[in-house]
Amino acid sequence: MIWNEHHECMDRQPLAELQGERLRNMVERIYLRVPFYRNKLQEMGIEPGDIRSIDDLKTLPFTTKQDLRDNYPFGLFAVPQQDVVRFHASSGTTGKSTVVGYTHNDIQMWSEVVARSLTMAGVTKHDIIQVAYGYGLFTGGLGLHYGAEKVGASVIPISGGNTKKQLQLLEDFGSTAIACTPSYAAYLGEAIMEEKLDRSKIKLKAGIFGAEPWTEEMRAQIQQLLGLKAYDIYGLSEVIGPGVSMECGVQHGMHVFEDHFIPEIIDPETGEVLPYGELGELVFTTVTKEALPLLRYRTRDLTRLHVERCDCGRTLVRMEKCVGRSDDMLIIRGVNVFPSQVESVLLEMSETRPHYLLVVERENNLDTLEIQVEVEDQFFSDEVKELEGLRKRISGNLASLLGLHASVRLVEPGTIERSQGKAQRVVDKRKLK
Amino acid sequence: MIIKQLSVFLENRAGRLTELTGILAENDINISAFSIADTTDFGILRVITGKPELAEKVLKEQGFAVKITDVIGMIMPNKPGSLHHALQILTDNGISIEYMYAFASGDDRASAVIRTDTPQKAIEVLQLHKMELLKAGDVYQI
Repeated sequence: MIWNEHHECMDRQPLAELQGERLRNMVERIYLRVPFYRNKLQEMGIEPGDIRSIDDLKTLPFTTKQDLRDNYPFGLFAVPQQDVVRFHASSGTTGKSTVVGYTHNDIQMWSEVVARSLTMAGVTKHDIIQVAYGYGLFTGGLGLHYGAEKVGASVIPISGGNTKKQLQLLEDFGSTAIACTPSYAAYLGEAIMEEKLDRSKIKLKAGIFGAEPWTEEMRAQIQQLLGLKAYDIYGLSEVIGPGVSMECGVQHGMHVFEDHFIPEIIDPETGEVLPYGELGELVFTTVTKEALPLLRYRTRDLTRLHVERCDCGRTLVRMEKCVGRSDDMLIIRGVNVFPSQVESVLLEMSETRPHYLLVVERENNLDTLEIQVEVEDQFFSDEVKELEGLRKRISGNLASLLGLHASVRLVEPGTIERSQGKAQRVVDKRKLK
Repeated sequence: MIIKQLSVFLENRAGRLTELTGILAENDINISAFSIADTTDFGILRVITGKPELAEKVLKEQGFAVKITDVIGMIMPNKPGSLHHALQILTDNGISIEYMYAFASGDDRASAVIRTDTPQKAIEVLQLHKMELLKAGDVYQI
């Protein structure tokens, strides 16, 4: 089944024409309504009328996460507040989140691309889908929710966590599809084994998993534990949320919904556009989004794009699983974490910068984050309650900034390895590649 | 009457304490009193040594987090009720103890090292009650 055959199976030439037209329209909009973009374009001597086809995309300036932070909260919005019907946000350094906004039409478009995604996983109105992504500022829960309603499936908006309840509803409601992070899916699968649930009562046939990196080994494990077919979904809130691209039944890469999000692969050093098939940084231009249109947004995700037609019949390009980042962002239990955020918390608590290390591991399929902090003179007290208090304060401040629990371990000065030049801040022991 | 105690942060790691005592031995620094507060991940060693400034310097050079903490030392008869008597004096005067450790020296006397937020006041009230206190010069050579 294909949700929107017209757009998903369009010949490449008409698709390019549609993209060109939408791009031109988008550049006009942001030139008129977003001073940030108008200034940038004027500096480069570009007028909206210069955009004649999709080939002109490469002449346009990039947008970065830093631009979003600099214009926090609404500086890059292209519509007045009365036209915004929803906000989402991701965690940011020292309390500054990346805020994204949606108009009514944006929510419709988002629902459309998630409906296409769910259809790729075989979800129809005959399905019961358990949406176990977090609901709230995170885009996962509500993104899947609206798309699933658009498909006509029966949605269980259970949100993340509460494993006992998840298992009970899997059994009692007979959910046929589930959407959550892959690590949580594996965790649920193991809980089913441990609780010795009656497997014949579990009716799951499809899982829509994303928001964090995962491997083919994990896919095999989840499929075996939950008895379903596991599909990879990709997205980021800046572009829309989940539903930027999605794997079809052929499972040979994730189809990018190019009529809304135009992907490019660039050399992260030079910014030069690379041909299909080459590894580089993924960049998106959101040509239809109204509230927060982004021009050539640098995702920092490293991957490849393939344009050869897929056996499923779709003509949309396929992106490979991301192989890494061109910055130091970590994704831990679906939460984006930058070492600089940890540093900002530590700096708030002392005058000098302590040596610290983030240690990420995966235990029982759940990611754990440990922050090691060297106890130097500024932190050291000879009273246990002071040191324990320090540890709890660091942990509490991190939890409120990141929305993620991290355990804090105090270590002796000099025990964290110093490398030549750039300090090593992260040890990722998860085997994801 | 204030005694300089060294406080050292130690990770719970096999052999770590031995490394520390080795450094003190090499530098000919005698240990007079010694106590460890431990948690699951780390411990805090509290130690009274001869030449405390030298001890601090050599330990810091070897990468330990070291701090000098002011404590007081008290001498009591080694017999039932004498510690209770001393603590009662401190309690009656509103002096709270952060931590303490005590040791009997084999003869008829026992000593206690006491850490409080108000060491000067503790010294005054103990002296007022005729309690014997250790002098810095003595204690570094106990």
